[in-house]
Amino acid sequence: MSRYAWAPGYTDDGDRPKIVTSRFQYEDGYTLDRYLATGGYVGLRAALGRTPSEVHDEVKSATVLGRGGAGFPAGTKWGLTPQGVWPRYLVVNGDESEPGTYKDRLLMERDPHQLIEGCLIASYAAGLSQVFLYIRGEMALAQERVAAALNEAYAAGYIGKNILGTNFSIDIVLHWGAGAYVVGEETALIESLEGNRGMPRLKPPFFPAAIGLYGKPTIVNNVETLSNLPWLLTNGAAAYTAIGTETSPGTRIIAVSGHVKRPGVYEIINGSTTFRDVIYGEEFCQGIRDGHELKAFIPGGGSAPWFLPDQLDLPFEAKMVGPAGSMLGSGAIMVMDETTDIPAMALTLVRFYAHESCGKCVPCREGGTWLMRIMERVVAGRGTQRDLDQMLEIGQSITPGQYPHAASERLGLAAAPFPFRMTTICFVGPSAYNAVDSSLTLFPDEFQAKLMKRTSIPVTAVGADS
Amino acid sequence: MTRLNEANVIIAKEIIGRYPKARSATIPLLHLSQQQNGYVTNEAMVQIAEMVGATSAEVLGTATFYEMFKFEPVGKYLVNICGTLSCALMGSETLLHHAEGKLGVKAGGTTEDGLFTLERAECQAACTEAPCLQVNYRYRYKVTTAELDQLLDDLAAGRLDGEVPPHGTVARVRQHIPADKAVGPVPPDAVVAPPAWITEGAK
Amino acid sequence: MTDISPAEEVEAPPVDPNEVRLTINGHEVVSTKGEMVIAAAARAGDYIPHFCYHPRLEPVGMCRMCMVDIDGGRGPMLQPACMVPVSPGMKVDTGSPATKRAQEGIIELLLANHPLDCPVCDKGGECPLQDQSFSHGPGESRYVEEKRHYEKPIAISDIVFLDRERCILCDRCTRFADEVAGDALIQFNSRGNNTHITTFPDEPFASYFSGNTVQICPVGALTAKPYRFKARPWDLAQQESTCTTCAVGCRTVVQSSHDELLRYMGVDSDPVNHGWLCDRGRFNFESVKSADRLLQPLVRQADGFQPATWSAALAEAASLILEAKAAGGPKSIAVIGGARGTNEDAFAWSRLGHEVIGTPNVYSQMGDGLPADLLLLDRATIDQAASATTIVLLAPDLKEELPILYLRLREAAEKKRSRIIEFAPKQSGLTRNAWRHFAYEPGTQVAAVEKALADPEIAAQFAKGSVVVVAGRGNLAETSTATVRAIRTVLAANPGSRILPAFRRGNVVGALQVGMRTADGGLDTRAALQAAADGKIECLVLVGADPLTDFPDTDLARRALAGARRIVAVDTFLTPSALLANVVLAASAYAEKSGTTTNIEGRVTTVAQQVNPAGNTRADWMIAAELALDLGGDFAYETIDDVTADIAWHVAGHEAITPEALATAKDGIIAGLLPAMAQAKLLEAVIPERNSYDFRLVVSRTMYDQATGTANSPSLAHLATQTMVHLHPLDLGKVGTTEGATVKMSSTRATIVLNVVADPAVLRGTAWVPFNHSGANVGDLIDCTAAVNDVRIENL
Repeated sequence: MSRYAWAPGYTDDGDRPKIVTSRFQYEDGYTLDRYLATGGYVGLRAALGRTPSEVHDEVKSATVLGRGGAGFPAGTKWGLTPQGVWPRYLVVNGDESEPGTYKDRLLMERDPHQLIEGCLIASYAAGLSQVFLYIRGEMALAQERVAAALNEAYAAGYIGKNILGTNFSIDIVLHWGAGAYVVGEETALIESLEGNRGMPRLKPPFFPAAIGLYGKPTIVNNVETLSNLPWLLTNGAAAYTAIGTETSPGTRIIAVSGHVKRPGVYEIINGSTTFRDVIYGEEFCQGIRDGHELKAFIPGGGSAPWFLPDQLDLPFEAKMVGPAGSMLGSGAIMVMDETTDIPAMALTLVRFYAHESCGKCVPCREGGTWLMRIMERVVAGRGTQRDLDQMLEIGQSITPGQYPHAASERLGLAAAPFPFRMTTICFVGPSAYNAVDSSLTLFPDEFQAKLMKRTSIPVTAVGADS
Repeated sequence: MTRLNEANVIIAKEIIGRYPKARSATIPLLHLSQQQNGYVTNEAMVQIAEMVGATSAEVLGTATFYEMFKFEPVGKYLVNICGTLSCALMGSETLLHHAEGKLGVKAGGTTEDGLFTLERAECQAACTEAPCLQVNYRYRYKVTTAELDQLLDDLAAGRLDGEVPPHGTVARVRQHIPADKAVGPVPPDAVVAPPAWITEGAK
Repeated sequence: MTDISPAEEVEAPPVDPNEVRLTINGHEVVSTKGEMVIAAAARAGDYIPHFCYHPRLEPVGMCRMCMVDIDGGRGPMLQPACMVPVSPGMKVDTGSPATKRAQEGIIELLLANHPLDCPVCDKGGECPLQDQSFSHGPGESRYVEEKRHYEKPIAISDIVFLDRERCILCDRCTRFADEVAGDALIQFNSRGNNTHITTFPDEPFASYFSGNTVQICPVGALTAKPYRFKARPWDLAQQESTCTTCAVGCRTVVQSSHDELLRYMGVDSDPVNHGWLCDRGRFNFESVKSADRLLQPLVRQADGFQPATWSAALAEAASLILEAKAAGGPKSIAVIGGARGTNEDAFAWSRLGHEVIGTPNVYSQMGDGLPADLLLLDRATIDQAASATTIVLLAPDLKEELPILYLRLREAAEKKRSRIIEFAPKQSGLTRNAWRHFAYEPGTQVAAVEKALADPEIAAQFAKGSVVVVAGRGNLAETSTATVRAIRTVLAANPGSRILPAFRRGNVVGALQVGMRTADGGLDTRAALQAAADGKIECLVLVGADPLTDFPDTDLARRALAGARRIVAVDTFLTPSALLANVVLAASAYAEKSGTTTNIEGRVTTVAQQVNPAGNTRADWMIAAELALDLGGDFAYETIDDVTADIAWHVAGHEAITPEALATAKDGIIAGLLPAMAQAKLLEAVIPERNSYDFRLVVSRTMYDQATGTANSPSLAHLATQTMVHLHPLDLGKVGTTEGATVKMSSTRATIVLNVVADPAVLRGTAWVPFNHSGANVGDLIDCTAAVNDVRIENL
């Protein structure tokens, strides 16, 4: 049970440094009063007292890894905008919808001013001209809290013309989506923000930092990423990098769901905390629910290849999880115990990605639904070996070559490292195949057990039922 | 008459006024019309197209891409039961079947009294609180079948009217940028110089 | 002796900074910066299969069929060749095992939901999906699930049908509609596996360019009514030709089966039409096989027209001309027309008029163009116009009258190559794309131009680079005087600017050039009709000309045809004017004769004969040559090439345009300018103040009207509307009328009754009426000698 009834899911009572969830303990953490009383807008004042490039350097030296999934450092991303091209926009990606992920919504509901302050710091440092804060359509409360916070902040002079009496002026526009997972992909997010169907644009050669919103340089940052900035500017990069490891400094929020004793949202030390710490640690999930044992877990959201218990000791460090065959993604850990019907659960993910395909790339549009149809048949006990083979073939059409998976002594598998090759523009298509590949590679027997047996075919002699 | 009413036209114009290009207001305006009418009508799309400078076909193309927009009347309460992995692990399928039994409709259907539309939804970002559901995009966490029964009864009896607005209303708080504080939209082609604080430093 | 190697003597050629060298399948390919791999490979002869890629559309990377191994320095990776620009040292392998597997995968996935109804599909046999399944597919399908089902087909417009089961969602039609035509009326609907193409309910894909989507559809999803279930592609015979519906000169392929015209397709001529055709040009082939065609010569007897043999009809025509000559001398004969046929037709008729008959009264414009002397000015090509820094429009609505020129200039504005400054009495299709739009009340265009030129911002724009003036007649209800002065004002202010004539009728530029223009002292069409009305014309020869329909001043045309003592008409249909003739000579239509045509640029291209002439009809040039024999002349023409060669020999500017040269000139040959001629005398007239109760009349053409080609093509005929008067919505109150109400509209000439349309594109104080529509005839109101025509509108 959460200690904080007003923040469902937030169970983090551990005594660790809290960079972004520090105000979750307050029921009124979303108000301007509480925010100001707890160090709010200090980071912005600190930033405005320095030159934009100094602020940019500070963020760069802290190596704030993007928390949306790809893990690209924010400071570096800001620097990718082409020289001399103005205006530049900031688009805040609050379209959290990766299966298993629950963090950005909490940040927006519980501490919207922290996000706003982060947007302002980023805009100041990178010379951005307008901010669009894109919140997932289905998050009514987050939209209300952010809207109220924006209104408060405008009234108090923290946003708008001449912020805090300086020549720094910027608008933050609240924008909201209408239900489409793929819009979480940054180029699709921009399409959606332009009023179009949220279909990803091909990225190379055009990254949003070069050609983004309205064809202008655009920084797309995740909610959690930006929420780090107020603390960073208040306490300095040195304090930030003192937490976590050299390559993964600071903290990160994870959400652990599924068959654990205490599922919840935790702010963990980046880089050093292991999956075992999180799943079994006393201050975290306290182990698998009583009387059961771990069967498999997904380390980084529904798109990530699955891990077996062998991988529990891997830390939250991209440079180690990638070579081990998966990714940290959006910090979502989904835990399955031995009661789990693997094919049936894999089907929920396949269905998710097939449903969320935008329809642009043929392999995803056609292949995703085809995989879903076959999985439905297999789960219903009407599949054949041919179906299983065919799923691997469809996988080859979506992600040619070896698909990432973890090493497993029991299965005699050598790790195939993440990432994979793909024939699609974005990760939705490969993700649909991901659940098939992981479940079928790691648990072939469970699929075999579901296949149609000759004896299970009802035989009715012609005319016998008339 | 399902065009935006006068009050909503004022809101629509305020929304459009925040964007460098009116077209960006398409989704917010579709929400606004759905809030007014409960669903998105052809008439409303024609009007939105005029307001944002698109063709009706373009607005339709955008609208149909997104899950939340409905093109025919749905129940006063849209009950979305999540069916993705985290919730499925915690028994969401049972919850959905229970709801189907209780409401007497299959997922996707609307009750005869027009009160409830039941949907199997995809991940709602409340995975630690599985199984979860949303009623008109208001969450309910770790829902048991008994709690589901109670929730549906409470909704039907109007006991949750203050908490759960009718379908179409998402956020009840809107952003309002005061005129004296607004910087105004920054059009992509108008600006060739960096912002003042970059060239002059913060003053 | 020192051995000097030749290499040391030769200076290294300068390296083009835009040149990019890459390797495709092991051989070096020279490309240019910005070119996509797929295009570079195609030029090098390495075909990369694709569906969504189209060289004239923005790449979208949707079908994933063109994924090939591209090594840009970090090892080979499957990348879409349609979206990756070439880079120096890049290595491309279009046949690697990974590429082949990816291609087979895409084909299998595309065919998963495809109905495979190829035996009953119009596209079967010319289908990229079929062809690439054959060449790059896996050869079998393992898809055993139920396929997607949709109602098939649905009509998305009056002409185009959509079969969503066949559709592979390549985005070609939708991109064309949005990017090229500017009519984003078809769109993707829904998402993922449920994605399909739709129009908005009750808003059909009513684009003037809809037929192009059928042509570029890579499957049989889009079909056009005139061709549905008419033929199998392998039964089609075809030839390249040029469309002569308007004067843009789009290159086409004319296709027939069993001597019946079945389809026109656009050919990608880089300087002209980029592969596109307008629907009118694409589908009006139906009129060629119309049951109402005139199939044999007719001679008027006491009891009306009687069919006649060619020798009898020609003898009758010759004797009418000789009688006229005897009665009033050669100058009492006028020859009007020639702009609807080939250069050869026009040349033969001009020789007949000028040489054999000896009259200077030969003219091919129908009172709806501008003086021919504008063709003497520095002429722009379409490419020059579409890449000019500034395009000045003093022209009719190009979308209505020269549709593909509209597409080309629209693209120039959309791609921000050019800024358009438009002067027009009514908003046009290009107004949306205009940088500046100046609406003027007819008669005031010079003032409008002068005011604009005084604007420093506009002056600065002109100073930035090349200027092309697109010049034509924006209003048929005024003389050309003010427009010509306005054009000359722009040209005078911008020395070095070029002009692109926006003349509409098929081969009007060619006809004027090869001789269908007045000799010294000759009467142009208006003057000839006036003379006929005054009883001074002994014989009027109408060569594919129908003044009653096409001349803006119907009353003058009517009086002229009544006043002319003899009329010889040459036409494909029994037009209202031909009905009044003494002899009607039945002419072969487009695609029934070969020759050349000249577009607005002066570009001469070939026109192909694809079917046998209908009935007993003959090409206009043959008729002229035979009539010449009866009149004592001998052109000595045996084949069409004799005529083309004769033009090259005699016509200034055509010296290089021989049959041999044309045979190898892919994009035709641009003719030299006309020899100097005197500037036409403009009709002087004072522009009266408009009474505030009156409306100033604006009359212009729309794409679909009662023109013979449209009216006799069943697929197009119903697209033409009734004549209606369009008023600015705020002017309805002035008349006390409402949208849809019936009003009477009066000029000094006549009164007509018609319905009202509220139209914000119309300037306040003016009334716009489309010309040559069914119902009321606005030509009845027009006095073609008046500087402007004002009308009074009253509620009925």
